[in-house]
Amino acid sequence: MAMHAPQQEMQSAVYVYEAPVRIWHWINALAIVVLCVTGYFIGSPPPSVGGEASDHYLFGTIRFAHFVAAYALIIGFLFRIYWAWAGNDHAREIFLPPLARGSFWREILHEIRWYAMIEKAPKRYAGHNPLAIISMHILFVWLAVFMIVTGLALYGEGTGPGSWQHRFFSDWVIPLFGQSQTVHTWHHLGLWVIVCFVIVHIYAAVREDIMSGQSIISSMFSGWRTFRVVKGERAEP
Amino acid sequence: MTVETFYQVMRRQGITRRSFTKFCSLTAAALGLSPAHAQQIATAMETKPRLPVLWLHGLECTCCSESFIRSAHPLAKDVILSMISLDYDDTIMAAAGHQAESIIDETIAKYNGNYILACEGNPPLNQEGMSCIIGGRPYLEQLRKAAANCKAIISWGSCASWGCVQAARPNPTQATPIHKVPGLAPKPIIKVPGCPPIAEVMTAVVAYIVTFERFPELDAQGRPKMFYSQRIHDKCYRRPHFDAGQFVEAFDDEGARRGYCLYKVGCKGPTTYNACSTVRWNGGLSFPIQAGHPCIGCSEDGFWDKGDFYNRLSRIHGFGIEATADEIGGTAALAVGGLAAVHAGISAVKRAREKTGADQ
Repeated sequence: MAMHAPQQEMQSAVYVYEAPVRIWHWINALAIVVLCVTGYFIGSPPPSVGGEASDHYLFGTIRFAHFVAAYALIIGFLFRIYWAWAGNDHAREIFLPPLARGSFWREILHEIRWYAMIEKAPKRYAGHNPLAIISMHILFVWLAVFMIVTGLALYGEGTGPGSWQHRFFSDWVIPLFGQSQTVHTWHHLGLWVIVCFVIVHIYAAVREDIMSGQSIISSMFSGWRTFRVVKGERAEP
Repeated sequence: MTVETFYQVMRRQGITRRSFTKFCSLTAAALGLSPAHAQQIATAMETKPRLPVLWLHGLECTCCSESFIRSAHPLAKDVILSMISLDYDDTIMAAAGHQAESIIDETIAKYNGNYILACEGNPPLNQEGMSCIIGGRPYLEQLRKAAANCKAIISWGSCASWGCVQAARPNPTQATPIHKVPGLAPKPIIKVPGCPPIAEVMTAVVAYIVTFERFPELDAQGRPKMFYSQRIHDKCYRRPHFDAGQFVEAFDDEGARRGYCLYKVGCKGPTTYNACSTVRWNGGLSFPIQAGHPCIGCSEDGFWDKGDFYNRLSRIHGFGIEATADEIGGTAALAVGGLAAVHAGISAVKRAREKTGADQ
């Protein structure tokens, strides 16, 4: 990891998020917002519109937006998997957490203690902290896989037998859950898991940015993580 | 004894040649086959011996039989009933008691490995099958015996296919669909779900088996593709209102009078695979959605355990009380949001305190 020369006495910085990761992050974030809002409306449609059916395409448009955002998320996710392989070390953190390493779990515990206000100072990480890595691995990566698979299975019901979505997803996912309605229910629960993840993700980012002495939010724009030295803490990251 | 062909039986029962040809064309069309196949069906009827069928009844309500004998065309039911040699069907057979039960043994002996076993209803497994007794013995025994010697099994209706209402939670008798019955001979099974299945679907499935001596093409869940590969929703005549965003908000509102989409009052059309919106019921007269009622998804596995028929979102079990995905997820999101807010407050206090400490 190439450490940058300290610009000031108290600050150092390291390049963490490469441009493709940053662009993916914000496209993905936008897609998730669109998917959550339209997904909620697909379960509970907005009030009826009046007049002739041929004058409107409201629900069709809501569903279309859901599908477009879904494809954006899927293609982005596939690209992100590629980039985990092609990019820098930080790019594969959330995909391949070192689950077999004992120190990884001890550091997760340390991070939990920091959030529980037991530890006085956080450890510093150029990329994600271990708690963030494990959270994103489970709540983002695997949840995204779950939502993509169930989502394509439901989409395949519309495109019908013979379509690739039906052949590769609906054909085994629907029988696995028993029936289509059950897949809908689980997919809908997934929406709320994402909402919970987003709340925690944004809160933790803001809090870390303020309290842990390292830049989080601006890093996702610039790619650089800067460290401020906080009192009572080792200066070495 | 010479075995009569279907055609001979039909003619004996007074069905005209013209009616017979009509039936063959109609069935070919219903099966999605080309007109050339009508002739193939006719030839099969004229030359093949009748298909012996044992029609057993387990835990069920007889709606499948009721549907079957009400095939749209009055002709169709006559044809079908003459087409298959319905050797045993306790609802509509003349024999009763021991005389009736002995027919099962006779059929098994006579057509060993060559008869079709049509199952209406399912066996309960708990209490050694005592919740369904036929002729003094558990239905489970009768089913196992008949299945061991049959050529193939037709699972009529949602009972035989999925379990249906008698298998609803907590399923005290452990009513079990045919394909999940332990110890049943491994015979090919075709599922024709629905509560009941559409009459024309039932007759067409039998016609196909008779004509081609095999099952029609089945989907991943063992249902004939020609009737169960599309959802009610895909061919629903109210679909334009769905796409437009015009929904019935409550029964008897303006939207209901205008025939808007029933999605918001719980229609399961988008998740139900059946032919109701194309074949319809009672001779193509109508189907539930056309009558202004949401589809309840009666041909789907577990439809009886999804909560309210009039709620679009399913009830989810296992949370003490039942709740929808929105109730569970909304509560979780509120809890997480609340925790984050509290955590933020404590963090701010801590930070303020540390700052004060640092200043001193």
